[in-house]
Amino acid sequence: MIAVDSLSIELGGAPVVERVNLLVGSGEWVAVIGPNGAGKSTLLRAVAGLAPYEGSLRLEGEEVARLTRRELARRVAFVPQAPLLPPAMHVHEYVLLGRTPHIGTFGYESAGDLDTARRALERLDLLAFAGRPLGTLSGGEAQRAVLARALAQEARLLLLDEPTTALDLGRQQQVLELVAGLREHGDLTVVCAMHDLTLAAQYAERLVLLSGGQLVADGKPGEIATEPLIAEHYGADVRVIEHAGTVAVVPVRRR
Amino acid sequence: MGTHAPAQRGATVTELRVTAVSGTRAGRIARPRGARGPILGAVAFTLSGALVGLLIGPVHIGLEAVARSAASQLPFLHIRSHLSATDSAIIWQLRAPRVVLGALVGGMLALAGGAYQGVFRNPLVDPYLLGVAAGAGLGATLAIAYGGQSVGSYDLLPLAAFLGAAVGVALAYALGSAGGRGTPTTLVLAGVTVVVFLTAIQTFVQQQHTQSLQEVYSWILGRLDTAGWHDVALVAPYVAVSSAVLLLHRRLLDVLAVGDDEAATLGVNVKRVRLVVVVFATVGTAAAVAVSGLIGFVGIIVPHAIRLAVGTSYRIVLPLSLLVGGGFLVLADVLARTVVSPAELPIGVVTAFFGAPFFAVVLRTSRSFT
Repeated sequence: MIAVDSLSIELGGAPVVERVNLLVGSGEWVAVIGPNGAGKSTLLRAVAGLAPYEGSLRLEGEEVARLTRRELARRVAFVPQAPLLPPAMHVHEYVLLGRTPHIGTFGYESAGDLDTARRALERLDLLAFAGRPLGTLSGGEAQRAVLARALAQEARLLLLDEPTTALDLGRQQQVLELVAGLREHGDLTVVCAMHDLTLAAQYAERLVLLSGGQLVADGKPGEIATEPLIAEHYGADVRVIEHAGTVAVVPVRRR
Repeated sequence: MGTHAPAQRGATVTELRVTAVSGTRAGRIARPRGARGPILGAVAFTLSGALVGLLIGPVHIGLEAVARSAASQLPFLHIRSHLSATDSAIIWQLRAPRVVLGALVGGMLALAGGAYQGVFRNPLVDPYLLGVAAGAGLGATLAIAYGGQSVGSYDLLPLAAFLGAAVGVALAYALGSAGGRGTPTTLVLAGVTVVVFLTAIQTFVQQQHTQSLQEVYSWILGRLDTAGWHDVALVAPYVAVSSAVLLLHRRLLDVLAVGDDEAATLGVNVKRVRLVVVVFATVGTAAAVAVSGLIGFVGIIVPHAIRLAVGTSYRIVLPLSLLVGGGFLVLADVLARTVVSPAELPIGVVTAFFGAPFFAVVLRTSRSFT
């Protein structure tokens, strides 16, 4: 699905991502973890076509930089960390925006587009909110609306930048369960940048650890979410607890 | 999880799965398109405005006489006009072109204002933002100061104003998108810079040619009184082409509402859309300004009033702005030529007189103002 080869990205002259190699298979759920400033968001933005890069970055065999905006938007749906939600726009109008790459430049939504958007609303249980202005939604509801828009895009790759950061515990789990539910139908590939290592380890099938712009570890959650790696790259004291075949990362105070 | 979540926060995951499987729950979503009611209302408003503009003036000419005169222009009806030659000239050579010009200029300014607000994601910008007005002002000042006798005879004034407007916006756009940026913020800042610079030159030229002050001042205030069909013919092609292009972009302006980056990930070439919209809004505005001077506030109050009335989607805001802007300026012009009759108020004074209080009300009542 994604083939990254010696990828380097500079922002304002400073290297943010350096010579990263990464392969993501179709249908995988990969969480990109790492401390602040590690280059997680920048890596995701490059895949979404928002950051110029050096090296090679291929989606289903095609170089991202060579795809048109529209071609890229049909392959990749991107949910940024803080989506811009026009407060007066209604939820159904917002979700319909996801159909943009499938509509001619000066065309309008077909009946099929309306139907796809309706199904996306239904999948995220937003039908009751369809006529509500975005400005009236709670954080969790708004995040579901953004996911519905991404789903309406019908792209096979879903990029999520910190999808749970602004949510409470219950809403964090709810959003990730929704993403897990979306993967049950079809072969959706999910790549998400995450801060919460416990959630990353419990939901993603694979963790990729970035630090200082470099890829320093890549493997199953149990292999990456370890006390030494987290201490080295996050400068954090943690205990990693095994629970029901997965791990939880608990911060502990230095004594 | 889920079972303890407050009900109003939306369904639990378990409920969601049920919904997804059953999949038959009633729920239709409609295409957010131009609703027919508001469009018909706006058409009625514009036509009534035009009728008022035809009927009201120092010489009283009744509705029936005007209607018969209009019908007599149509072939095969064999209706004879009761109007005298003078009255007929007042209606068809004085008032009618003025009404049509007002509708074209007002519609263009409001539509361009709405489009600018869309590409800059800011409900407070007007079509003069990037230097149209300052450039046109400088062009007109130069024409009046240095054009001498030829100003009136060769359409030099509108041409100079048009070119000045185009140069002003081109400067602002080049400055604002230098270094590959071209974000709304850098463009607005570049516009401010260009406006200050061009206004300084204009002031200097005026100081050097104080005999032109009166004429420049009257041009800046805006007017429709020199009209005649000649001005209509001059501006109509620009308004037609610009309006068509801007209206074609109305769905894309809704996509831009989610920001440059997100619009890009939805497949929109943001810079190209912004450039095309700015170019055509500028060309239309420049043509309007060239024949009518600087008529303020239309480009802000009309789109804004429409947003308050029918919502923020540009699919409806743009076509309604074109219609309502036209009707609004025709009615403003009726006031301009009747309030202190037989003298005339500059129409820019009338629009500002109504525009400023309207704005104060909007600022006080609107909360979702960004």
